[in-house]
Amino acid sequence: MKIIVLLKMVPDVVEELEVAADGQTLDTEFLRLIANELDNHALEEALLLKEKYSGTVTVVALDAPEVDDALFTALAKGADQALKITDGDSAPSTLSGAYRLAQALSTVPGLLPVDLILTGAQAIDDLDGMTSPLVAHFLRLPQLGIITQVSVNSVAGVATVLREFPGGVRGEYEIQLPAVLGIQAAEKPPRYVPVSRVQVAMKSRVIESVHVPTAADGGVGLSPVEEMLKPEVTEHAQMLQGSPEEVANQLCEVLAGRGLL
Amino acid sequence: MVTANHGVFSPPPPCDIGLDNLTQFPEGRRLWTCIQCGTCAGTCPYGDRMQYPPRRIIGMLRAGELERVFTSDSLLNCVACYACTAKCPRGIDLTGVLLPLVKEQVLLHLPEIPAELQKALENKLRYGNPMGESPRKRAAWVKTAGVPIRILSEDPRPADALWFVECYNSYYPRGQQCARATAKIFTALGIDFAILGNEEKCAGECGRLSWERGLYSTLMEYNMLVLEKYKFKLIVTSCPHAYDAFRYRYTALGFDYVITHTTPFLAQRLADLKPLLKRKTDCVVTYHDSCCLGRHSSIYDEPRLLLQAIPGMKLVEMTHNRVNTLCCGGGGGGMWLDTYYKAKGNERLSERRVKEAVATGADVLAVACPYEISRFEDALKVLGYEKRMIVRDIVELLADAMEV
Repeated sequence: MKIIVLLKMVPDVVEELEVAADGQTLDTEFLRLIANELDNHALEEALLLKEKYSGTVTVVALDAPEVDDALFTALAKGADQALKITDGDSAPSTLSGAYRLAQALSTVPGLLPVDLILTGAQAIDDLDGMTSPLVAHFLRLPQLGIITQVSVNSVAGVATVLREFPGGVRGEYEIQLPAVLGIQAAEKPPRYVPVSRVQVAMKSRVIESVHVPTAADGGVGLSPVEEMLKPEVTEHAQMLQGSPEEVANQLCEVLAGRGLL
Repeated sequence: MVTANHGVFSPPPPCDIGLDNLTQFPEGRRLWTCIQCGTCAGTCPYGDRMQYPPRRIIGMLRAGELERVFTSDSLLNCVACYACTAKCPRGIDLTGVLLPLVKEQVLLHLPEIPAELQKALENKLRYGNPMGESPRKRAAWVKTAGVPIRILSEDPRPADALWFVECYNSYYPRGQQCARATAKIFTALGIDFAILGNEEKCAGECGRLSWERGLYSTLMEYNMLVLEKYKFKLIVTSCPHAYDAFRYRYTALGFDYVITHTTPFLAQRLADLKPLLKRKTDCVVTYHDSCCLGRHSSIYDEPRLLLQAIPGMKLVEMTHNRVNTLCCGGGGGGMWLDTYYKAKGNERLSERRVKEAVATGADVLAVACPYEISRFEDALKVLGYEKRMIVRDIVELLADAMEV
């Protein structure tokens, strides 16, 4: 079985995000990038599937600061191949990023055909979870998102997947392979890889750089960011103090005072 | 000047010692002198929870069946407290040599490592601190210090003392109180000190004792390069785990700075410090010997001398003190295994310890390690003793006593 994992570098919110002087992008002075958490789940799910059914896992990422660390870590965890797509926009939108990934997948020799393309169901800069449906759209493949479990029947060419819904509801789907899946959570937490193994990977493995020329938006039209704003600071919470009865009375007064009772 | 080398233990183990070449080193060959008396397992705070206590691990090693230990989570119970090493009648350095080598293999072989520990290890690599805080905020506490603190990257003039503040005192609010107290005492004593600020990263905790050879060597190499940039006469650290790492592990990289911990550092300046301790107290204090500072480096008298220098303070001892101290449960990665221990039904070692502390009738549990503050304060709350006893770092008690 052949699996491709799409990995994206996103802003690390351990550092406070600042809006750049242009008012439209993030200030990159202190910005650090980190592999999207759910993409790490997609990688873990791919590695679990590889362990279960055998096969290969190829990790594909758009070039970005610190992406090499993320790709070597993926190789150290058990991925077979790591590919970095260079010469792109330094801060692609979800749409242009998905378009470039799809373009790379279909133009780089040896990547397709594939059984599964996995990526995170969401990213901190893609809360709508559009990467996997967009990639599927560009590649004309079936897609399902918010997936928490995958099993494959390669003879029948289908995968059975669990999709999460709000309220604890889960749906079981059968999807034709090849397919694109947006992974919400791997069946096990992403594994730990000891630093020494990453260091060995850095010495013994290679990240293949692939030049894919930038094609702005695939003709689907960009929605440029007009303005980026920091969240407004609202009033602080009001702490009610006293005995349970006093607190209950105060709470009733607050609710009544605002016309909520 | 400062004599850094207290301690009863043999020199640090060679860094290239491994499970495959143990017999090439005297420290490794000692394992074959084990008489299987089981003192190690008996003195281990979690010996009863281990499928493979130290005695059995040596037995498995000698029988050529050590691999079975790698796939068991038994060694997750090892809190690197040096109790087995201190008590071994054959002088086998279990904590320093064999256990870390086996732990390293456990980390490679366990199908899943506890999430909290994994996160702490990943955070130390990426951010240089286990909490996952921004490395750019490491020196943020300095603004609240109340005294000027020189940061070497901004003012690289030579300093007498390089103060290695470490993670908990830099980021954790209770730790920051200790950092402020330390700064206040250093300033009052007229010590020419400076810190690395945001350039500092975790020293690597107890290095190899915390599971991850690659992680600790990455941190060690980083900190060595930063230290080489500046000139100072000695390093004083607030963290016994960093002290342990510098003194016993960094030597493999050519570390030959004088290294000390705030407690012995201040005890050596007791003559200057004493006249500053003006505020009288009537509290009773008991002191918890940290494993790294106490059992591993025999720094037992210095903390007690400091406490007794505070006017009116009465010092009482717990049943387990000095070399018999009970680990707070935070060492060897235990700091990030509380959820795992809870799930396994282990008694929290910090709770075991505070029960003993409360039994002394003392009002204050004095500590010298930043791990212990949160561990013991939590344990006091869990056991419902939070009104009977408070936890204070020695530097906090000293700084309080300086206020009139």
